[in-house]
Amino acid sequence: MSAVKAAQTTEAPMIELKKLNKWYGEFHVLKNIDFECRKGQKIVVCGPSGSGKSTMIRCINRLEEHQTGDLIVDGIELTNDIKNIEAIRREVGMVFQHFNLFPHLTVLENLTLAPIWVRKVPKKEAEETAMHFLKRVRIPEQANKYPGQLSGGQQQRVAIARSLCMKPKIMLFDEPTSALDPEMVKEVLDTMIELAREGMTMICVTHEMGFAKAVADKVVFMDKGEIVEANEPEPFFSNPQNERTKLFLSQILNH
Amino acid sequence: MANGHAAVMGGNAGRPTESKAVQWIRANLFSSWWNTALSLVLLYLLGKFLFWFVGWGVTNAIWYGAATECRAVKGIGACWAVFPEKWRFILFATYPYEDQWRPALSCLIFFFLYAYSALRRNWNTRLPAVWIGGLLAIAVLMWGGILGLAFVPQERWGGLVLTLILSTFGIALAFPLAILLALGRRSHMPAIKSLCVVYIELIRGVPLISLLFMASVMFPLFLPEGITIDKLLRAQIAIIGFAGAYLAEVVRGGLQALPKGQYEAADALGLSYWQATRMIILPQALRLVIPPMVNTFIGLFKDTSLVLIIGLLDILNAAKTAVSDPAWRGFGPDVYFGVSLIYFVFCFAMSKYSQRIEGELNKSKHR
Amino acid sequence: MAVSSAGSGGRRGSSMRLSLNDPTFRAIFWQIAVIGGFVLIVWWLISNTLHNLEVRAIATGWNFLSREAGFAIGESIIPFEPENTYSRALLVGILNTLRVSIIGIVLATILGTFVGIGRLSKNWLVSRICSVYVEFMRNLPLLVQLFFWWAMFQDAFPGPRQALQPVPGVFFSNRGIKIPIPAEHWVHGWMAAACIVGIVAGVFVRRWARARQATTGQQFPVFWASVGLALGLPFVVWLFGGAPVAMDWPALRGFNFQGGLTLTPEYAALLVGLVTYTGGFIAEIVRAGILAVPHGQTEAAAALGLRKGPMLQLVILPQALRVIIPPMTSQFLNLTKNSSLAVAIGYPDLVSIANTTLNQTGQAIEGIAVIMGAYLTVSLSISVFMNWYNKRIAFKER
Repeated sequence: MSAVKAAQTTEAPMIELKKLNKWYGEFHVLKNIDFECRKGQKIVVCGPSGSGKSTMIRCINRLEEHQTGDLIVDGIELTNDIKNIEAIRREVGMVFQHFNLFPHLTVLENLTLAPIWVRKVPKKEAEETAMHFLKRVRIPEQANKYPGQLSGGQQQRVAIARSLCMKPKIMLFDEPTSALDPEMVKEVLDTMIELAREGMTMICVTHEMGFAKAVADKVVFMDKGEIVEANEPEPFFSNPQNERTKLFLSQILNH
Repeated sequence: MANGHAAVMGGNAGRPTESKAVQWIRANLFSSWWNTALSLVLLYLLGKFLFWFVGWGVTNAIWYGAATECRAVKGIGACWAVFPEKWRFILFATYPYEDQWRPALSCLIFFFLYAYSALRRNWNTRLPAVWIGGLLAIAVLMWGGILGLAFVPQERWGGLVLTLILSTFGIALAFPLAILLALGRRSHMPAIKSLCVVYIELIRGVPLISLLFMASVMFPLFLPEGITIDKLLRAQIAIIGFAGAYLAEVVRGGLQALPKGQYEAADALGLSYWQATRMIILPQALRLVIPPMVNTFIGLFKDTSLVLIIGLLDILNAAKTAVSDPAWRGFGPDVYFGVSLIYFVFCFAMSKYSQRIEGELNKSKHR
Repeated sequence: MAVSSAGSGGRRGSSMRLSLNDPTFRAIFWQIAVIGGFVLIVWWLISNTLHNLEVRAIATGWNFLSREAGFAIGESIIPFEPENTYSRALLVGILNTLRVSIIGIVLATILGTFVGIGRLSKNWLVSRICSVYVEFMRNLPLLVQLFFWWAMFQDAFPGPRQALQPVPGVFFSNRGIKIPIPAEHWVHGWMAAACIVGIVAGVFVRRWARARQATTGQQFPVFWASVGLALGLPFVVWLFGGAPVAMDWPALRGFNFQGGLTLTPEYAALLVGLVTYTGGFIAEIVRAGILAVPHGQTEAAAALGLRKGPMLQLVILPQALRVIIPPMTSQFLNLTKNSSLAVAIGYPDLVSIANTTLNQTGQAIEGIAVIMGAYLTVSLSISVFMNWYNKRIAFKER
């Protein structure tokens, strides 16, 4: 295990953000962000709302456009070039806070849409893959239902399976449990933990500190558009360095 | 106004420092080469149109004078002179000339009623009383025959006041009909439900003109021999029946939008159907549908112009009659342009009002 | 009811008693009362009508349909002479209504879609111009607009000799609009046939492409292939027909134009008025439909790597159309119903001809029945279809 870890550190990072800046009009959302993620790493990003953490991971697959700085994903520099954007989106899966399943398609159709149209996989093969991942998120019996007929937790697991069907190298999670009822959070987190144990590279914006302690290699704390502190989970939680981190942790752990 | 903010931007590395106005223009008009080209073409066309329009409508227009002066500038300038000459006819049509202050005052009462009902603080039990009083006053003014006012038969009524009467009475009297139809359509009693469905779908399926024709040629056959009702009243009945069907669907939308819990709570309190409807359901449902109701009223206000087809002298027909005067023949576009401004002011004000109310209602719902 | 709780077998008692407090009995009572009242009123109206018809010696029945109409009709798709029957006159009216409605629906949809998308444009000028347009169209009565356009033809446009010529060959005058059309040639019929063949072939190509994609995953540009077939085949036929380019140009002969396609002032004013007016309403529907698809859907599709084309086809349009189609059909119906305003500017549509018929024959009931029957047939069949469609496309939810 340790040998593997040593090997990873020598590799080039999967995702690299260098001096990234972004403005909304006059509002400076991301300030000189330097960030990297290596293959197999699981990074949890946390911070108060409006701190720019969602914006940062949404920049990675170009749902948001950064203005200055460099962003390199899997060796591809992210520019305005449509080919590059498409290439990156094929390799990067994303799970949203509000699931964003397509309500007019069945669960199975949701899962096979992108493999068929983007990866050009034959329909039958795409359906087999889809069923495989549905089994892994433990809802194969819902394949022919519509998203509106499922519970929130089930919908989010379908959304995770939908991303996995594209066989991505990296998974981005944008507050995947914030829109769920408390009793459904666990089923989604369990799926994510399982995914992490299988070695998926993950960047996860979340407030679930239990999840961070269980699987994260690194925890990043953002506030007001800056990365304030980044560390391994154990020292991060037991011995935060920055005042803002301390304040945030005390609020989130004591409620 | 925007330059003051520019200094704030200065500190941001790699950010251009521009005034807000320049930023706005860049973002909204010249964000790409395609947008730039589009903006330039449109600005050119718009400029050209405005130049022509001001020339036609203002500088070259004849504002006052005889028709012969208008003929001299035909095609180059508008002929607004027809309005000083004909405005009494367009607004009041054939109402006795020396008594035209009466329809004028009636119009003012209508405006007062609209303005009064538009204010939310007046939405209380006094509102129906104010309306009944206002409409009675209008009836007395228009008909006369008492208080020393000479009697004026409906055949002489016309112009703006006729448009206001047809639309306002149309919506006011359609309202109770609409509520009954909407309740009936949601009723569990099959006979009543199907009666309401058939009525609503039948009326909504045919053009208003066919109903007006029916009112003008078939109503007389329906009545017992010897009883006749005049054309205005027949058109008014057709308009009420027409508006009732459309308004019923609006009210039904409100009834459906109400959460089921409200019905259940009313039942649980032991209220009877009519009590629950009157005290719990309708007050909420009607409040929900105020914006679409105003839109229905706008539609009806526009649709009353159709009465000219059965020969009533509403404001549009009065204008049409005015330009059929041989002296002013040929100035149709100018006159219709002027009349359309009157309609526009009314409808635009109402639609802005409905949008504002909708915003306010949505806000209070989210709170 | 009160008694029922007293005895041990109380339940039995309550269902037997006919009391006004029993909901079932009440419902029956009310329904009988309402239906009874309704029947009474209808009976009263019918008996009055029958009496009046007798007193005024008005004929009833449909015999008039086979009698000679005796009036001329300004424009018609099928030949019509005053010696023809009333039924043929009414048929001309129906065809004229369809002619203005169908072309109006197509043009209004195109116009409304552009304006609706324009209102969402990032270009401020475009979105402003489009909203001003929509506000004006929605807040002016259609009839005023029709009169305005009609008056433009009557009063503002010059006579044929001084006709305006915005594009070479197209003339605007007080006699209407003149447009050049290709001169008659035998190949035109074959081109139309080729177009239909092309469309059918497009359907087959689509099927084949779907099947191939399902098995091999390979994609095929179905849309462009279909467009190519539908336009290319007629083009090839045209080439084979000797590529005739002769046009039938309108030309001034004496006091009027000869040749070309004529739109009468009445038809042109009605069409322009209906299209611009309905276009304003359709624009709002299109805008609302586009806005109704949550932004998250676009983002999710983009995050999956879908391109603009498939994203639109597979994710955005299926959802937007659910919102757009129902109000759109009701606008189409409105346009068809509004075409009845033709009577005010003298275009011989169904209402106008039925009106003439009932004035000449005095048979008001039959005349109005024809109008209402025709419109109801269209309206009801479309609303039955819409109910079916809405049920079919509704999102399935818990």
